[in-house]
Amino acid sequence: MHEQVYQSLMTPGPIPNAISEPFWSAARRNELALQRCEQCSQWFFYPRAHCPHCWSERISWHKASGQGVIKTFSVIHRPSHPAWLPAAPYVLALIELAEGPTMLSQLTGDRVVGAKIGQSVSLRCVPVGDFILPFFEPI
Amino acid sequence: MKARCFGAIVGIGELKPVRRTQGATTLGFIGEAVRMAVADAGLDKDSIDGLLVGPQVGETPQHVPATVAEYLGIRPSMANVVDLGGASGAGMVWRATAAIAMGMCDAVVCVLANVREADPPRSPNRNPIREFDVPFGASGANVSYALSMRRHMAEFGSTPEQFARIAVLARRNAQLNPNAIFYGQPATIEDVLGSAIIASPLHMLEIVMPVAGGAALVVVSSERARSLKHPPVHLLGAGEKITHRAISQAPSLTSGPLKAAIQKALAHAGVKVTDMSLLSLYDCYTIMVGLTLEDAGLCEAGRFGHWMNDHSFDHEGDFPLNTHGGQLGCGQADLAGGMTHIVEAVLQLRHEAGQRQIPNAQMALVTGNGATISEATALVLGADA
Ligand SMILES: [Zn+2]
Repeated sequence: MHEQVYQSLMTPGPIPNAISEPFWSAARRNELALQRCEQCSQWFFYPRAHCPHCWSERISWHKASGQGVIKTFSVIHRPSHPAWLPAAPYVLALIELAEGPTMLSQLTGDRVVGAKIGQSVSLRCVPVGDFILPFFEPI
Repeated sequence: MKARCFGAIVGIGELKPVRRTQGATTLGFIGEAVRMAVADAGLDKDSIDGLLVGPQVGETPQHVPATVAEYLGIRPSMANVVDLGGASGAGMVWRATAAIAMGMCDAVVCVLANVREADPPRSPNRNPIREFDVPFGASGANVSYALSMRRHMAEFGSTPEQFARIAVLARRNAQLNPNAIFYGQPATIEDVLGSAIIASPLHMLEIVMPVAGGAALVVVSSERARSLKHPPVHLLGAGEKITHRAISQAPSLTSGPLKAAIQKALAHAGVKVTDMSLLSLYDCYTIMVGLTLEDAGLCEAGRFGHWMNDHSFDHEGDFPLNTHGGQLGCGQADLAGGMTHIVEAVLQLRHEAGQRQIPNAQMALVTGNGATISEATALVLGADA
């Protein structure tokens, strides 16, 4: 992946709301933030005002480990959104985070080619256009 | 005289109206109203198996029930948008009781809510998919099906050839359907595997061709049907399941909500999947057919490729499958693509399918699938006895 290509992308960025803002501000510090329910102690993704496991509103934000494993992945040769064409081919993956939840992200770094299901990955936040996104690097 | 009772409202939840909201989301408001109503009913989250919601103009253009169900962490067996303006709330109530009367679900939550920010975001589309999938380069459906397919291959050793064969069979059946977009254009396994990789491991010819089109159905009571022009095609059973909206939230990448929906539809009808004369299975991608054959219980998880080697799938085969060519053979006219599977079942069960007529067709399993293998409906249709 070419850093300059990613920085010049005009792709649709996230539109945070008051509930999800901590997730995106953590990414700007190269951190992953996740919510955990104070009632049932379960982690969840994506950010919500209610715990999807027990509907409690007693929810707190925590810095997550940033570690996970690749659950599955796909090399995108023809992106559906034309703004992504300059970056293709790129690799999307579902990352099962060490805390439990799964999120979709992009793989980055030198070891993207040859990435495998079950491989460990580590958080690496990457500038994409005007935004910083939590990507993951195979380790 | 005592009035007949059709169902009962047992819980209510209502937010205190405010002129303006700050930092709240529509989904958060929906969640709060639902939580209050379910608590008022003395029920718990897991007892809610039906969901009726309103449209979310702009904010969530499509898949609103799945989006709300995912937010709430519920997996309903009946879900729908009621889009009747100010009549939506009242429209939900009788629809809920109709669904319960049919046995689709037991407890339906009906919810409408909206926030009112002083300075609403400029971009109207601001649902979770838009925030947590699209910015990473995951627009469109191909990605989700590619992710499921890769996982299936890794978990079970299924091969590109096994998936390609599904597209080849669809093209073959399409040769008996002059309306199919690929009529006159059969394909080989080499053609499929030689087509461009769009999102690995998905090849172009494993993905439906977008087309324009449309379809409509007329439904009446089975009694009335017998006095009309054609032999009736009866609904014998139905099942529905919604498990998530984003592929990252799927409970499984190699088995979908059709598993529960098909089981329910078959049980509803009191029949077995092997009783079906026709499998009219939603086929937006080759992987979808593989998963559905497994989820229908025709073979063990992961074994669709081996199972397909032992059977034949044209109108004279032992398991007629998408005899019209499916969407892989006919093209996908957006949402109407799913209707082709119903129309074909009706043609077969009326014995009006012409050169592709299944001999003595009696029952058909029809499936529908939406979003990221997340919204599923199954029907068992039967010829008039
Ligand atoms: Zn909880």
